[in-house]
Amino acid sequence: MFIAITVAILITMGLALARALLGPTVYDRIAAANMFGTKTVLLIAVFAFMSSRTDLLDIALVYALINFIGVIAVLKLVERGDLYSGISAEQTKTKAKR
Amino acid sequence: MIDIIINLALLSFLAISAIAIVRMKNLFAIIMLFGIFSFLSASVFMVMDAVDVAFTEAAVGAGISTVLMIATLALTKVQDEKRPGGHKPWLPLTVVIVTAAALVYGTLDIPAFGDANAPSQKHVAPQYLQRSIPETGIPNVVTSVLASYRGFDTLGEVFVVFTAGIAVLILIGGVAQPSKRKTSRKKKNA
Repeated sequence: MFIAITVAILITMGLALARALLGPTVYDRIAAANMFGTKTVLLIAVFAFMSSRTDLLDIALVYALINFIGVIAVLKLVERGDLYSGISAEQTKTKAKR
Repeated sequence: MIDIIINLALLSFLAISAIAIVRMKNLFAIIMLFGIFSFLSASVFMVMDAVDVAFTEAAVGAGISTVLMIATLALTKVQDEKRPGGHKPWLPLTVVIVTAAALVYGTLDIPAFGDANAPSQKHVAPQYLQRSIPETGIPNVVTSVLASYRGFDTLGEVFVVFTAGIAVLILIGGVAQPSKRKTSRKKKNA
């Protein structure tokens, strides 16, 4: 049972990795990285129950949070072109032109 | 059995993503692959029962360094530029291969994974395991070593990390003047 789930998760991880490698657009890669993080969380959860070390579940929760924050930061960059630093890429270009 | 399958799959994913990171030219894709790489290595650490290392790897590798790399990418170009002039790959390749061969030769003497009779398990580890709970009262032995026995060491590390964080924030422009930030936002809204 656990073995089948683990193999399935590993195959899904491989597919997500392939999408991150090939993915033509930026959004393909973001979705692939996010999905890979989710699969890591699932793999840790399954591994925790399989090896009866259920304290690893806390680690899985932390991974989920980290994955979420990372994806939010990436999406902010894609949406605005900067991370609210006050100096965006467009502004530096206009400054260079002046 | 299943541990071997998991290890094989994770390590081959690691190798694939590492080669892809080296070969790719799109910096955004490389950052995404860096995130995947550190999630993979955190999983490998976790399968090897090094939970605290896996924790640090996920927090620093997948979390903070992805955000820092993305913030740096916001100030640079997305594509890697072609280097002018021919550079010969043979010298670095030879150095890398020789170093790797020396490291692989070094692994031959290492005791087996999880060996209870390894020198690192015999040196001070039994004393920590026996005395940490009566001396410090902290249930997790790793935490007691980090926060109590090596407390000053950890304090120094915190200073180093804090200073490095300030330096990185200054470099990537995270500490902009608040008045400028407001005006730029107003301009964008208008």
